[in-house]
Amino acid sequence: MTEIKEMVKILAEKHGRERGALMPILQAVVEKQNFLSEEAMTEIARQLDISAAQVYGTASFYSFLDIKPRGKYVIRVCKSIIAEMKGKKEILKTLENSLKIKVGQTTPDRMFSLLETNDIGWSDQEPSLLINETPYTNLTSEKIINIIHEYRSKN
Amino acid sequence: MRSNNFKKTDVIFSDCQHTDGQKYPILESVLKKKPQDIINEIIDSGLKGRGGAGFPTGLKWKFAAAQEQAEKYVICNADEGEPGTFKDREILLKVPGKVFAGMAICGYCINAKKGYIYLRGEYKFMVPELTKFLNEFHTTIQKMGYDFSIQILMGSGAYVCGEETALMESMEGRRGEPRNKPPFPVIEGFNNKPTVINNVETFVNVAMIQRYGVAEFKKLGTHDSRGTKVFSISGDTSKPGVYELELGMKLSDFVDEYGDGDTKAVQVGGASGFCVPRKKFNETIIGFEGVPTGGSMMLFNSSRSMYNVLSNFIHFFAEESCGQCTPCRVGCQQLVQGIKAVKNGAKDEDYLKKLLKLTESMKLTAKCGLGQSVANSFSSIVTNFKEEMIY
Repeated sequence: MTEIKEMVKILAEKHGRERGALMPILQAVVEKQNFLSEEAMTEIARQLDISAAQVYGTASFYSFLDIKPRGKYVIRVCKSIIAEMKGKKEILKTLENSLKIKVGQTTPDRMFSLLETNDIGWSDQEPSLLINETPYTNLTSEKIINIIHEYRSKN
Repeated sequence: MRSNNFKKTDVIFSDCQHTDGQKYPILESVLKKKPQDIINEIIDSGLKGRGGAGFPTGLKWKFAAAQEQAEKYVICNADEGEPGTFKDREILLKVPGKVFAGMAICGYCINAKKGYIYLRGEYKFMVPELTKFLNEFHTTIQKMGYDFSIQILMGSGAYVCGEETALMESMEGRRGEPRNKPPFPVIEGFNNKPTVINNVETFVNVAMIQRYGVAEFKKLGTHDSRGTKVFSISGDTSKPGVYELELGMKLSDFVDEYGDGDTKAVQVGGASGFCVPRKKFNETIIGFEGVPTGGSMMLFNSSRSMYNVLSNFIHFFAEESCGQCTPCRVGCQQLVQGIKAVKNGAKDEDYLKKLLKLTESMKLTAKCGLGQSVANSFSSIVTNFKEEMIY
């Protein structure tokens, strides 16, 4: 049994094999693998005894359930109107320069993906972004460079 | 001059030590009452849902309580996705115990044993902390001999899942596509069982009504808008943040307090709400008798382009439309292209009238609140700031 199949089996045992377990299982796979591979989705379908199309249909609906390979750290920059007003553009430019990628891309070492997202619930402290599940707020260019540096030095 | 209806209050976050939530003194007394009496108190209080739509909470509970099925559910809608809203974040971080208590009271009233908190994916960072308090809550109510449990389920970044039936589809492991109504969730909700779904803040209000009494609650707000509201204030203000205010205030008083002295417009209720221009501040009441809001208040000063504001909102809707019904799916795309074409001169200004008609059609024909409410911000921004849309 491959590693992915084993992981999905364990998740199905933990969350159950009802249709209602689908979201928690998809979320757990994304947490572990940073995205949902075809192999993972097919195996989830097999474990829950539903069609692969149903798994794909559900997964592709949600912006946080990536079906494209992503880096270990997914950066989602808030692009709400308030974020725009408070300097989101500069934060994005700093990130693009620092990571040497454009929005939508992943660094060649698969460490960072840079994305934009709708309001993440920190309009009182924009500009803001999420790195995986951790929010960072009241950002400045200097601050975000330091944050990226911290993540780099963790690895 | 400030009118006398602008009042800061402290109901929702009062005693906001976590220890308060742990002891659950509210529950002990509530569980001695008859469910029917509690429901009547909530009806009498005039409490309306705090998510934005404003359905009377007590009535919703009464309908669900009348259903004779063995299995029923309580859901707390914590999928706070409206642009400019962040008050549920603060409530869940500061007074989670009040939310749990409100849900437990609901479960007791409608005879449901199971509650769910559907938490937006963006707030996953708070799960460890919430889980800790939830465990304490479960221990406490177990000691009271009351059978009710709450589970946290996560969203994954879809705004439309804030729509109650889309949220239930998501909980059932499907695409977050809103259902046809009727049947309403109180009849057929999660897993097709009778379900009460309320906003985070609504549950806190229920707990506070039980704690302080209906009479105290009714002293707050106006006849049509009882109680207080937690506002999320952002944009061109020197004090962005979460503030609890009495309902029924004039927008001009609000701007006096939170504006930067140069406020051109306030977007009340987020992207799906209404834009109020300066000249209407004085005649606009914040509440169910005027402009209702889920709490999002975004302030814009005269340096801001209202075209940029509208463009941002329309792009947001186009992205977040679930794509299920044509008016919303195609309508949002056409609006995105339409305002751009008028701005760059490819279409003349009369085209704006056509776009306004399109949003009117969306209001009438879109399946859910997302598509229906696009007209709110579109028409209020285009009508009040027409010249900014063209030049």
